[in-house]
Amino acid sequence: MYSRTFRNRWFTLLMGSFLLIYILWPLVNMFLRADWNVVAAASVDREVLGALWRSIWTAAAATGVIALFGTPLAYFLARKNFRGKSILEAIIDIPIMVPHTVAGIAVLMVISPRTPLGAFLENIGLQPVNSSFGIVLACIFVSIPFYVDPLKDAFASISPRLERVSQTLGASPSYTFFHITLPLAKRGIYSGLIMSWARSVSEFGAVVIIAYHPMVAPTLIYDRFATFGLKYSSPIAVQLISISLVMFVLLRLLAVRGSDKQFREVQE
Amino acid sequence: MIRLQDVRIDLPGFSLAPLSLTVEEGEFFMLVGPSGAGKTMILEAIAGLQPHEGEIFIDDEPISKLPPEKRRVALVYQDYALFPHLSVRENIAYPLRFSSRETHREHVKHLTSLLRLEHLLERFPGTLSGGEQQRVALARALAAKPRLLLLDEPLAALDPLFREEIQEYLRRLHEEEGFTILMVTHDFGEVLSLGERVAVLREGILQQTGSVESVFRTPANREVATFVGMKNIFAASVHRNMALLEEGAEFVLAVETETDRSRCFVGIRPEHILLGNRPWEGTDAINAFSGIITSVVPREIALEVTLESSHLRLTAHVLGSTFLDLGLRQGQQGWMFFKPESVHLF
Repeated sequence: MYSRTFRNRWFTLLMGSFLLIYILWPLVNMFLRADWNVVAAASVDREVLGALWRSIWTAAAATGVIALFGTPLAYFLARKNFRGKSILEAIIDIPIMVPHTVAGIAVLMVISPRTPLGAFLENIGLQPVNSSFGIVLACIFVSIPFYVDPLKDAFASISPRLERVSQTLGASPSYTFFHITLPLAKRGIYSGLIMSWARSVSEFGAVVIIAYHPMVAPTLIYDRFATFGLKYSSPIAVQLISISLVMFVLLRLLAVRGSDKQFREVQE
Repeated sequence: MIRLQDVRIDLPGFSLAPLSLTVEEGEFFMLVGPSGAGKTMILEAIAGLQPHEGEIFIDDEPISKLPPEKRRVALVYQDYALFPHLSVRENIAYPLRFSSRETHREHVKHLTSLLRLEHLLERFPGTLSGGEQQRVALARALAAKPRLLLLDEPLAALDPLFREEIQEYLRRLHEEEGFTILMVTHDFGEVLSLGERVAVLREGILQQTGSVESVFRTPANREVATFVGMKNIFAASVHRNMALLEEGAEFVLAVETETDRSRCFVGIRPEHILLGNRPWEGTDAINAFSGIITSVVPREIALEVTLESSHLRLTAHVLGSTFLDLGLRQGQQGWMFFKPESVHLF
C-alpha cells in the first residue's frame, strides 16, 4: 500500500511539474539572459516608460468599466434562472474564444469614425481609434469574461437565505447587497479584478488593430522586435513581466487578507 | 395575531392548496408535515420572501403588499443563515442598524444574556457549534422585535444534546418573553413537547388544525394518524362495538356506534399495546392476540416489537427491561393486549 501511494505521488508530481516548468523555464530564462545594460537603458527610455504606464492605466480603466457593468450582470446570472441563460453565458465567453485580432476588427467596425457610433464619439471629443480610449475599448471587449465568470461563481456560492434573512431583519435589498452579498463575494471580486486587469495588460491582438499608436507595452515590444530584433525587445518584456508580477502578487495578498478574516478563526 | 387567508403558492413542481389558518397573539403554533410538504415556503410567504396569492393579515392589517423589511416578521432558517463575515456581536446587532432606539439596545442586551451569548460575542459563526449558532440566530431574529417569529425546523440540524437545550430556550422565549411563534417541523415529538396548537400539512393540503392534544388523540384521517405515530392502522368495517378488520381479526371497541360503518379505519398507538408471554388472565374486556414475534427494533426510548399472526400484524413499544423480564425473543410466540378504549376509530 505504502509503496503504491508513494509511486502515485511521484507520478502526479512528475506530470504536474512538466507544465510548471513549461511556464517557468522561458520566463526565468528571459531574466537570466537579459542584457541588464539594455534593461537599464530601457528603463530611462521615455517611450518605454510611457508604454508601460499606458498599459497599466488603460487596463485599470477597462477593468473599472467592466466592474461597474459586470457586477450587476454577474449577480443577475448567479441568482436568476430563465430560458436562454446558457446562451447568455456563452455570449459572455465569446471573447475567450475568438482570435483577438478578430475581436479587434469587430470592435473597430463598430467604433471607427465612419460609423454612426464612432462619429458620435469623435464629436464629443473621444477619439475612438489610435487613442488610449480606443485601447480601453479593445481591452474591455477581451476582458469581460475574466471578471464576470469568477464573480458569478462567487455570488452563486452565497446562500440566498443570507439575503432573505437580512431583509426580514429590516434591511432593504440594496443595503443587503452592499453589506452582505458584496463583502461575502470579496474573494470573487478580487479574483475577477486581477484576472481582468491581467488580461487587459497582456492584450496585443485587439489593441494593435484599433490603436497601433499610442503604444502600450505589448505593442512596443512587438515594434522593437520587428525593427531592432530580439535584443531590444526582451528588456521591455522583462520590465512588463516584472510590473505584472508585482501587481499580481500585491493584489493576491490583498485578496487573501481580505477574505481571510472570516475563516481565520476556523483554522485556529 | 396572524391570519392566512386562502394563501396559495404555485410553482413549477410544487403547489400549495389554498391555506387558511390563524395564529393567536402570544401563541406557540406548530405547522407540521413530512419533508417536501411546502412548509418552508409558507414561512417565506409570511415573511414576504415568496410570491403568493391570497392575503396575510397581522393584527387585521393586510401585509401581502409590504416588502419583507417592513413586515417585522423574523425568520430563522434550519441552517441558521448567520452572516459568516460578521462576528456574533455584529450578527445580533444587525437589526439595530435599522432601528437604534435606546430601548432597542437594552432589548438586545437582554437577549444576549437570556440566550447566554456573552462569551461568544467576538467569535465568528464558522467557529460555533450548531447549538450556539442556533442561539445566535434566535437572538438576531428577536433583536428586530418582530411581531411574529417564524422557525423553520429549528431542531432538525442539531445533535440530540443541543436539541433539548434549544427546545428549552424556545419554551422560555415563548413563556417568559411572550413571543408569538410559528414553528415548522416534521417531527411530531417536537409538537408534543412545545406546541399549543398544531396544523398538519401534507402534499400541500391542510389536513387538520386544532390543539396538540386533540390532533394527537383524535386524528382526522389516516394520514394524520400515521403522522402522529399510530403504527397500527387497519381498514375495517364497524358493527355496534366490534370492528371487523379486512385482514379478518376483530377488535372490541369501547363505545357502541349508532350506525354501522362499512369502510373506515381503526388505529392503536404502539405504546398502548402490552406484550405478554402467556394468554390474558384478567377478567376485564380486552383485545388479545397471539402470534410470532417477527422483529425487535430498538427505538429512542423503547423497543419496537412486531407480532404477526395469520390475519394480523401489531406493533408495540415495549421498555427494554420489560422485554427482558418477559424472557421473549424474536421468533417465539407472544401475546399482545390492548384495551377497547385504545382502539381509535376514524
